Amino acid sequence: MAKNHVTTTINGDAVEFLCEPEDTLLDVLRDELHLTGSKEGCSSGDCGACSVLLDGRLVCACLVLGVELTGHEVETIEAMAHGEVLHPLQSKFIEHAALQCGVCTPGILVAAKALLDKNPDPSETEVRYWLAGNLCRCTGYDKIVRAVLDAAADMRGS
Amino acid sequence: MNDMRYEAPDTVDGAVALLAGASGEARLLAGGTDLLVQLRAEMIAPALVVDLKRIPELQSIAAEDGGFRVGAAVSGAELGEHPGVKALWPGVVEATELIGSTQIQGRASLGGNLCNASPAADSVPAMIAAGAIARVAGSGGTREVAVEEIATGPGQTSLAKDEIVVSILLPARPPGSSDAYLRFIPRTEMDIAVVGAGVSLTLDAGGVCSAARVSLGAVAARALLVPEAAEALIGSKLDAAALARLDAAASAACRPIDDKRGTKEYRIQVAGVLARRAALIAAERAGRN
Repeated sequence: MAKNHVTTTINGDAVEFLCEPEDTLLDVLRDELHLTGSKEGCSSGDCGACSVLLDGRLVCACLVLGVELTGHEVETIEAMAHGEVLHPLQSKFIEHAALQCGVCTPGILVAAKALLDKNPDPSETEVRYWLAGNLCRCTGYDKIVRAVLDAAADMRGS
Repeated sequence: MNDMRYEAPDTVDGAVALLAGASGEARLLAGGTDLLVQLRAEMIAPALVVDLKRIPELQSIAAEDGGFRVGAAVSGAELGEHPGVKALWPGVVEATELIGSTQIQGRASLGGNLCNASPAADSVPAMIAAGAIARVAGSGGTREVAVEEIATGPGQTSLAKDEIVVSILLPARPPGSSDAYLRFIPRTEMDIAVVGAGVSLTLDAGGVCSAARVSLGAVAARALLVPEAAEALIGSKLDAAALARLDAAASAACRPIDDKRGTKEYRIQVAGVLARRAALIAAERAGRN
């Protein structure tokens, strides 16, 4: 069967690709577009390692089909830093040592940024619930939560 | 891998025609949070996937006769951001928001949760308690179906091959009404209900319950409407005796299985406890309306 031709916007750029109907957005990002920041953890929407924004809404790229993207906008971890300038969340993750192996980190950064865009002053409980769909087997989460709260405080200018 | 065809019609009629004309297995795609998992696990291998998200009726929330018509593919996140629905049917919104993570909420829908037909679906007991009505479109036209009549068993529905749930009506309700949903899971987030209980009720000016609906999830092959449990509340001020009758009626209605999440005995007992607690939350909310 012929592949589907899809025209979409990824990180602000117009993008075209061909994919099979069963290819997920994660397959397309990693294998077709070579945007490998989004990680494959579980492929069942449980771990959050493939978190991206679809039309501004946080989703798992493994639970979206590539063919669904026509006319939509995707933002991935690759859009987070501006050149060599890290996003405050990225800087705080380094400062707080909020990562070890790093597989969960892009998804957690994307998810945390979505939270701070919506709620610049979240409580610790709000951060923990918001990130409940992002699994990390290294850190025990505490450093991640501290880094997000610290980044939020910095971004508020307090 | 077989050849799977993907279609994204922009009208209900277009979607129905695709389903009616499908020669092999066809599946509907709303948020995809169940469908893509089933595809990846090779539990299903459909010849056709019909994406419903380009159909406006499935993607909108509209006020209707004092209630709200919620498109079947509206995401949980969008529902939770709608102040009108949240004020009128807080139990339905809180049940929907319990489904999965923030990421899942960005996609998962009421229509998908209903038609995936898991006995443990969180939004379904809340919708049943709410007296929600599904609008079902098919080749023969449109029919209105009580949500409790959609699922017939695990993964099974009463929908014909060419039928689609287009929207769900959360009806108007009198002053002094509200609803609540509680589920039991052994952790605080990201789990599947061991038991779920939805209660919707109306209190008159004197605080007497004049109407109620009670529904239980994960205690039978599909979510149950339990009229005996509602009758225990009606005519009472939710005093201890009425709540004890509610508890007993809820437990008596359960026909659960033993599985890794809980034993039959445990589910039966927890169903009564959750029904009681949900009734008190619904009553407290109703007193403010």
